[in-house]
Amino acid sequence: MTQENRIKGGQIDRTRTFRFTFDGLPYTGHPGDTLASALLANGVRLMGRSFKYHRPRGPISAGSEEPNAIVELRTGARQEPNTRATVAELFDGLEASSQNRFPSLKFDLMGINDRLSPFFAAGFYYKTFMWPAAFWEKLYEPIIRRAAGLGTLTHHEDPDAYDKGFLHCDILIIGAGPAGLMAALTAGRAGARVLLADEDFRMGGRLNAETLTIGNHAGADWAEDTLRTLRQMPNVRLMPRTTVLGAMDHGIYSAVERVSDHLPVPPEGKPRQILWRIYSCHAILAGGATERPIAFENNDRPGIMLAGALRAYANRYAVTVGDRVAVFTNNDDGLRTATDLQAKGIDVAAVIDTRQEGDLLPGIRHLKGAQVINSAGRLGLKSITIRHANGKSETLSVTALGVSGGWNPNLNIASHHRGRPVWNDGIHAFTPPTDGPANLTAAGAAAGHLSTHAALTTGAQQANAALEALGLNPHTPDLPKAEDAPLNLTPFWYVPEGKGRAWIDQQNDVTVKDVKLAKQENFTSVEHLKRYTTLGMATDQGKTGNILGLAIMAELTDRTIPQTGTTIYRPPYTPVAMGALAGRSRGHEFKPTRLTPSHKWASEQGAIFVEVGMWLRAQWFPKAGETTWRQSVDREVLQTRASVGICDVTTLGKIDIQGRDAAAFLDKVYANTFSTLPIGKVRYGLMLREDGIVMDDGTTARMGENEWVMTTTTANAVPVFRHLEYVRQCLYPDMDVQLISTTEAWAQFSVAGPNARKLLQKIVDQDISDAAFPYMACGNITVAGGLRARLFRISFSGELAYEIAVPTRYGDAMIRELMKQGEEFGAVAYGTESLGVMRVEKGHVAGNELNGQTTALNMGLGKMVSKKKDSIGMVLSQREGLTAEDGLRLVGVRPVDPAKPLTAGSHFLDIGATPVAANDGGWLTSVVYSPHLGSSIALGYLKNGHARIGQRMRAVNLLAKTEVEVEIVSPHFFDPEGDRLRG
Amino acid sequence: MIINHPLLGPRDAQEFTYLGDAALMDRPDGMAFPSAEAAQDAFHDYLYLRDNPAGEHRELWFHEQGDRSWLVVTRNTVTHEITKVEFARDVARRRGRSK
Repeated sequence: MTQENRIKGGQIDRTRTFRFTFDGLPYTGHPGDTLASALLANGVRLMGRSFKYHRPRGPISAGSEEPNAIVELRTGARQEPNTRATVAELFDGLEASSQNRFPSLKFDLMGINDRLSPFFAAGFYYKTFMWPAAFWEKLYEPIIRRAAGLGTLTHHEDPDAYDKGFLHCDILIIGAGPAGLMAALTAGRAGARVLLADEDFRMGGRLNAETLTIGNHAGADWAEDTLRTLRQMPNVRLMPRTTVLGAMDHGIYSAVERVSDHLPVPPEGKPRQILWRIYSCHAILAGGATERPIAFENNDRPGIMLAGALRAYANRYAVTVGDRVAVFTNNDDGLRTATDLQAKGIDVAAVIDTRQEGDLLPGIRHLKGAQVINSAGRLGLKSITIRHANGKSETLSVTALGVSGGWNPNLNIASHHRGRPVWNDGIHAFTPPTDGPANLTAAGAAAGHLSTHAALTTGAQQANAALEALGLNPHTPDLPKAEDAPLNLTPFWYVPEGKGRAWIDQQNDVTVKDVKLAKQENFTSVEHLKRYTTLGMATDQGKTGNILGLAIMAELTDRTIPQTGTTIYRPPYTPVAMGALAGRSRGHEFKPTRLTPSHKWASEQGAIFVEVGMWLRAQWFPKAGETTWRQSVDREVLQTRASVGICDVTTLGKIDIQGRDAAAFLDKVYANTFSTLPIGKVRYGLMLREDGIVMDDGTTARMGENEWVMTTTTANAVPVFRHLEYVRQCLYPDMDVQLISTTEAWAQFSVAGPNARKLLQKIVDQDISDAAFPYMACGNITVAGGLRARLFRISFSGELAYEIAVPTRYGDAMIRELMKQGEEFGAVAYGTESLGVMRVEKGHVAGNELNGQTTALNMGLGKMVSKKKDSIGMVLSQREGLTAEDGLRLVGVRPVDPAKPLTAGSHFLDIGATPVAANDGGWLTSVVYSPHLGSSIALGYLKNGHARIGQRMRAVNLLAKTEVEVEIVSPHFFDPEGDRLRG
Repeated sequence: MIINHPLLGPRDAQEFTYLGDAALMDRPDGMAFPSAEAAQDAFHDYLYLRDNPAGEHRELWFHEQGDRSWLVVTRNTVTHEITKVEFARDVARRRGRSK
């Protein structure tokens, strides 16, 4: 297809031609085009369907405020829904398609919604789908979801990388129009570190879209010259294709840079987008202004757009939207569209000017006091109907209409901290709040200064103010001469005449009538208006249409617009891809992975690994011939209890505690007493939160008079360390205590089983006989002829057991040596599953029992809480509610029929009791299969549990639909006297 | 947010972990009460009764990804303006805490 609507001039590169498709049809464009400008050049005005009524729509803007031309770009895994054709940079081979239509853009079956529009007025959700409630999930929601919604997801993984980055600057300048460029020039010359960010791929702002001059240059040429100067300054960084999304706290701004969106595939090693966190001392908002429309009947046809957009397409992109155009305006800026287009040789049929006063444009049919009252053309504008000042109507055949209702400063970022925009009677628009983010100022059109001269002046002024605050020398540059014409706007928001629909929010299909309905139903506050009608709630966030809704509501309620107020803004300024927010944090890189010192060895053994927090731990070690995990785990448990087993326990938190007051410190953080522990001994400790609930447990060893080694659970290593620092610094600031986390400094292995001592004695240089190294002993030792190590005689499995620690770099050698030396005993490696089986058999609590809701008393450890000393949690652990005699107690559970498996999470119920909350007796916390007992066994919390030992109950799980008759037993299933671990 | 650490200078708030009201430092001594009820009342008030001001708030932050110091940060909860950053240990000593 030829580019039939391409005209002369513009900032496109005609020496190269891009081929692209839209809905499968081939078109051509040039570098410098957006998808929208290229489609318009090819005579395509229809680009999308509206959200609710599926009305045919074309672009109304040439920028990021676009509500209508929302399309899908690319195909396959890179397909991206809901992108704005007006900012999508054209590239060779682009495949684009329209969305929200079926089966095709020109013939959309859901267009029936448009005929049914009386049923879909504002609030239709609330009224129509209220009753009956059961219909919502089954009927209404699926229908609405199918009919509404914008693009589609591919469900393929995005093949591109997204990065996050950090930037620091003295002055961040948001927007590279005349104000931003002049600010950058002023600040750059004074030596400030400047970042100049602009969402467009071509910097220069409106200067690229206008025929206005600066000094002796065309505006676009001045912009290019200025950019050339800025590029040579090492202290200035230009960031095109970069949207500043929001103002965070303390001078931090977020921004997204579209590094490769304008390329078919990102270059090797480059990300698709970068999410920047920008740290600034000062920021200048120079984001320009957005034009607003005037509402009239059927003002949504493809071909009707903002007057400034019509001009931008002609001046910047060398495109006319139609061969015969008209302009509808209430201000002088709209007149520029008529004069610019006529100068390009385009037939301007008329300028319909709502104002009575003012001069007439020479050589153009300029109709004063007139209004556009309707339009025609089903899939694109064919004609408009005008009401003249004298009351007569006239139909004009035109294919494009530019509409200007004035300009709204792009103040969004200035109200991200809840500052209320301020109404300006000069331009009849809201301007930035006075209580916006600290050190953010606005310049140019964003501040309400709409002329080019004012943009240049205020840009320089705000840069100088920032320089002064930074202690740099401000200086006044020579300001080139530029236009300084007033807007001369007479407010005119909507054409009252007509029975049809006049659209104000085109993406969400909100009409003037909907605002009237909201008023009628008393939703007159702006926040109610927004939510009742969905005005401004679409992906464009009402950048063009919101103000119309406010103005109409103001008129209906006899208030001024500032009295009516405005909703404020939140980040992001424009939609941002989830991929950019995620950055590299996806898949395996979502969080760091910590590997144990024996990981390499375990991998060689074919171990199955499990995620435990950030750690990967061996879960079990399958051997040849084992077909189920149970076979491996049963073997590991039986062999450990029969001879010896080895498990990597490095992941447990390890904290070295030293200092003259270390013992007193431990008495504070543990519920039980540690100061009485002799040197060379280990004690089990219970740590409470201040509210009396158990925080963590572990063993702490006294290695010397003032040297201790604490262990924590794997999950709580970080929180416990934080807590200890809190107690040390905030509560007892004069205690002589030093802490250091050594979790990753030591590789630690549990060696458990009747042959544990025999095995270790082959490696340990010192005597570790029961006499020399009794149960609960600890000490600094050496292994293999001199390597420093730590040995603890502690047992989680209930066996004769030790934990031996060597510096981490020897961890791999240590596991290999232990397994080699253990060969004569048939030593096995065991993983977390076997660890779990043996600790449940022994009745030790772990994560499932320490769930942040349970007390020492619940665990059967109530006597451990010493009342003879003050410790964290001691006082409140004695509260009435936590000390009930018949409260939850830790019990053991066995199925009456050993063949029946138990289910964790099952609830205890009396025999014959109905399964309702009132009869709930507690729950099963941990369930394992015990190869010794030949059945499923469990730990659980049972009300008045100790008194119920020996009784029968039911373990019921309504989710898993299981019910097992169980016997309540002691939690110590295995060796309750502890003979084995003392052996 | 940026927290101006007394030793390390301005640091991003992402490096810190938040705890809450700095009044948490005023922990009673559990052994200093004539009865268990009196102790429980005092700890109840200490642990559960906190001010939630719209405005200036003194709060505890832990420089977890940094030097591990606990800080008392004076922050306006409405504007997030931070007007003072002190070492919690210094504050605790000034409030009479010792061992």
